[in-house]
Amino acid sequence: MSGSLRIPFFMSRTEAELRQIFLEQVKQIPAGEKIKRCIQCGTCTGSCPVSYAMDISPRELIALFRAGEMETIMNSRTIWICASCYACTTRCPVGIKITDIIYALKRTAIEKKYLSEAPQVQTLAKLFVENLMAYGRLHEGTLIRKYYTKTGITKLFGFIPLAKKMWQTKRLAPFPKKIKGHEALSRIIKKAQEIDMRHVPESLEYSPEYVGYKAVGDMKLEQRKGN
Amino acid sequence: MKYAYYPGCSLEKTQRGYDESVKAVFRELGQELIEIDDWNCCGATMYMSIQETVALAVSARNLALAEKMGMDIVAPCSSCYTVLFKTNRILNQIPEMFADVNEALAEGSLNYSGKTKVRHPLDILANDVGIDTIQKKVKRNLNGLKIAPYYGCQIVRPDKTFDDREDPILMDRLFRRCGGEIVYFPMKVRCCGGMLMTTFEDTALKLNRDLLECATVHGADVIVTTCPLCHMNLEAYQDKINRTFNTNFSIPILYFTQLLGIALGINDKTIGLDSGFIPLGNKITSLVEK
Repeated sequence: MSGSLRIPFFMSRTEAELRQIFLEQVKQIPAGEKIKRCIQCGTCTGSCPVSYAMDISPRELIALFRAGEMETIMNSRTIWICASCYACTTRCPVGIKITDIIYALKRTAIEKKYLSEAPQVQTLAKLFVENLMAYGRLHEGTLIRKYYTKTGITKLFGFIPLAKKMWQTKRLAPFPKKIKGHEALSRIIKKAQEIDMRHVPESLEYSPEYVGYKAVGDMKLEQRKGN
Repeated sequence: MKYAYYPGCSLEKTQRGYDESVKAVFRELGQELIEIDDWNCCGATMYMSIQETVALAVSARNLALAEKMGMDIVAPCSSCYTVLFKTNRILNQIPEMFADVNEALAEGSLNYSGKTKVRHPLDILANDVGIDTIQKKVKRNLNGLKIAPYYGCQIVRPDKTFDDREDPILMDRLFRRCGGEIVYFPMKVRCCGGMLMTTFEDTALKLNRDLLECATVHGADVIVTTCPLCHMNLEAYQDKINRTFNTNFSIPILYFTQLLGIALGINDKTIGLDSGFIPLGNKITSLVEK
């Protein structure tokens, strides 16, 4: 927990901003509004193969969101350790898209730069995107080499035996290759980025209404079909 | 039938055994795979980009290319399968996003109308080709080989597509008909951790130790997978798991198409059996030599 004392009926600016970004993200999820229906049964936590390694359980994420503790969520390692296996989503008795909700939390944390709990995840994500942008396809060798160069070069040496085995079994491509339509793909990505910017509100206005589940309901998402 | 083949990045080289065996098995069963020309990476886990339209557009480029070919996509990698499938579903559910994505695709002179179907090879083998047909073509009876079929997460979740989400059964049926024995393997859909092996290694090692232990305790001779990430974690990290937990697992990990290839009598090099790190054991070796 954050340890800060919360005053009833009052929400800090940071909290309101985080909620707004998060709710914008939830809007993008088909059937995302089902987050309102959480009954705190804990089936998600019980189904999660990595909940034992989390500091906040998946059930608690939703409870904290409801309680106006977005900052606590942002500072947790939970959102980064989710491997997106969808066990929780499959079993949730009220149909909450928990994995997608965690994606939304990750995006919120990336946007507001809450990255201290697991900087390595961000490093990997950035390098992955770089790799994709540069070649159009992922070159695993480059990704792993760059990742361990940044996060701990000594670990890279630990990969020598594995790399040797991969080489012997003809499973190692020494160099990355660009796809033919690389330039077209770059143009598609650039355009998509522009489109995404259209959806980001220019200034985030503080509103005390971004509290509790009411805010989710106000988004009029119910008409959207989703399973 | 003809299918648009989307191998995905790992099948290009590091997991060539999967690529080679999918192609060989499809050929043997009279199905044609035509690789999508100039496909791109599906983007894997979508949160990697904080921008949703980018993630969707990157993966939709492949859907648009396949649509031009007028065929269903076959994506053997579970992660590619789930990302392409999910992109398709989101685009068809949310018209505004569909319009956004098409606006982006237009920059590459492409357009997608939402018609491509995304399929997994297991689905095609079991439902289009049919297990009965496959059974008739079995040349090497698996002879009671004890198999732990490991489905992993992403071919059955989040969308219920072609098999049960909690207790998928298609591989069990398929290999039983090939003469194999399916061991009790309650962790068949438990997550291997995927990329956590890179970012949270301790956690991922434990997840994989549990999987290996569950299979060996129940007497499996082989674990059969459907996903390059599961395969990598269980196979390439088996050494490290043994060092970390003081265990001595030495269980071969095969792609389901490799084991099926063995049953169909396909030459071992053709299905990439020479790409494995772990000795295949007496039972499989004697099958292959038959």
